Amino acid sequence: MSETTTPSTALPEISVSADKVTSVDTEPKNTFELRNVNVFYGDMLAVKDVSMAIPHNQITAFIGPSGCGKSTLLRSLNRMNDLIPGARVEGDVLYHGMNMYGPKVDPVQVRTVIGMVFQKPNPFPKSIYDNVAFGPRLQGRNGNLDDVVEEALRGAALWDEVKDRLKDNAYGMSGGQQQRLCIARAIAVQPDVILMDEPCSALDPVSTGRIEDLMVELKKTYTIVIVTHNMQQAARVADRTAFFTVLANDETGSRTGVLVEYAATTKIFSKPDDERTENYVSGRFG
Amino acid sequence: MSTSVVSPGASSGGAPIRSLEAPGPRIGEKIIKAVLWATATLSILVTTGIVISLLLPSIGFFQQVSIWEFLTGTIWAPAFANPSYGVLPIVVGTLTVVFFAILIAVPVGLASAIYLSEYASKRVRKTIKPILEVLEGLPTVAIGLFAFNVLTPLIRELTPFLPWTGPFSIGVAGITVGLLIIPLVASVSDDAMRSVPASLREGAYAMGATKFEVAIKVVVPAAISGIIAAFVLGISRAIGETMVVLLVAGAGNPVLSFDPTKGTQTMTAYIGSTATGDISQGTITYDSIFAVGALLFLMTLAMNVLAMRLVKKYREVYD
Ligand SMILES: Nc1ncnc2c1ncn2[C@@H]1O[C@H](COP(=O)(O)OP(=O)(O)O)[C@@H](O)[C@H]1O
Ligand SMILES: [Mg+2]
Repeated sequence: MSETTTPSTALPEISVSADKVTSVDTEPKNTFELRNVNVFYGDMLAVKDVSMAIPHNQITAFIGPSGCGKSTLLRSLNRMNDLIPGARVEGDVLYHGMNMYGPKVDPVQVRTVIGMVFQKPNPFPKSIYDNVAFGPRLQGRNGNLDDVVEEALRGAALWDEVKDRLKDNAYGMSGGQQQRLCIARAIAVQPDVILMDEPCSALDPVSTGRIEDLMVELKKTYTIVIVTHNMQQAARVADRTAFFTVLANDETGSRTGVLVEYAATTKIFSKPDDERTENYVSGRFG
Repeated sequence: MSTSVVSPGASSGGAPIRSLEAPGPRIGEKIIKAVLWATATLSILVTTGIVISLLLPSIGFFQQVSIWEFLTGTIWAPAFANPSYGVLPIVVGTLTVVFFAILIAVPVGLASAIYLSEYASKRVRKTIKPILEVLEGLPTVAIGLFAFNVLTPLIRELTPFLPWTGPFSIGVAGITVGLLIIPLVASVSDDAMRSVPASLREGAYAMGATKFEVAIKVVVPAAISGIIAAFVLGISRAIGETMVVLLVAGAGNPVLSFDPTKGTQTMTAYIGSTATGDISQGTITYDSIFAVGALLFLMTLAMNVLAMRLVKKYREVYD
């Protein structure tokens, strides 16, 4: 994944149709292409019929009321759903045109290419250094990892704060530092994509601001998909925003998440096509 | 426990002003505290009583046998016409049992715990866990008989190249004790590993760790204090195990030997086989039981202290 020149203005405004997706054969502008994706937990359809394209080296935000399947869809992008017994994905999830759920695809390998940062900072109860070195060591890189660790910590804007206490336990850090450590840990694996599931929801505004700045910096190198319940955050950092909602079936009592509208963030927040989007972003809903 | 709380609120104008004082003396609270204190103290008193009851007769023993002779002597023959009180042979017997028990129970117990906590489906775990807990409580005399009847001949047959002699073997006793404590080690380690938060596992998976890497590099290190506690519990049981050792290693004359194919006594086996009806109080043989008991107590204590140190050093603290 070298730098590609992706003119951000050239992105399609409306959700990408299946025809358009298949016709992509020039520059790989889209990291992910989803076609009619359904995600189930056992018999329960949690996310229904999502089709969208997630552009390369951009920040794409998933917003919507809680329970609409944002996390579920995000976790289908690096096969974290495989870890939940009974979870199942239908439809096509393409990563640079490759079917992520194809028979030869190894979920473990997938996650080295597509990393993830979680809602609650979850550093390992090890030293700061060992946290960052964890991924490289998994990949068989032993010996001196000082350079790798420093680079990842710099990448996560954490180096200056921790360079003198790399051997300290990660749990001695503040929540915001812990979350940036988790980002450093993800970077150290050298992924192409970083998925973030409400990465700031457990953080104070100052730490949140830092992580948002960091995301903008990181998108030069990585494709970022972020779930957020904070609409201002989506408006501040995301290039494109997808709004999801929940449809409740009164007869069966089931609740299913659907993609309502997906477009450039400015459009979603200024003149959305769908009334439900408008109501949500203006705070009249949820 | 306090009953009928009546608010003494004096109303003044609008809303009644409610008192901030305690409505009563809260007697129940004090009684409960006293009862809890008493139970806690009781367990300390009992332990102290055990120590004292071990120490007092030991003092009588050490007035006749020097501590040096006791700890360094290599012949243990307290009931002989020409008695000798070197405790080393039965200490070595105990250590041999512990060695073989660890050799069996630590790897197998840990592997079982990893399987149970990380690999087994909910259904499998729900079936196995209670079985383990039942196995923990199996009467050791039954296990000893099984080992003597089945395990000893089997091991002999499988290892014809070893210099087996009589029907007894301290090594087989150690292996049996190891088998005996596997359920305990597995069950307690499993509890420790399952209390590791799922978010840590997710974090490792998200970096491309395999299931086994998650177990070995994240879960086991995070649960290490609980796992060491499981080992200590297991080893303490191995040190204290009497019945199996009596049956499988025999209660024959102890000789200072590191040969696991021979029968010998352990410290507990000596106590168990000597403290029978026809031993009279006040004799030196009688007192020797308590000296051995006191040493056993010290060894277990030392191991627990060591384990606490280890736990403190290697513990990975998460909150
Ligand atoms: N592990 C799971 N097992 C079963 N159902 C789940 C699981 N995780 C989420 N769900 C259900 O899937 C739906 C979507 O959840 P989620 O993706 O977490 O929504 P969001 O992140 O938008 O709040 C919810 O109804 C939720 O109850
Ligand atoms: Mg969520």
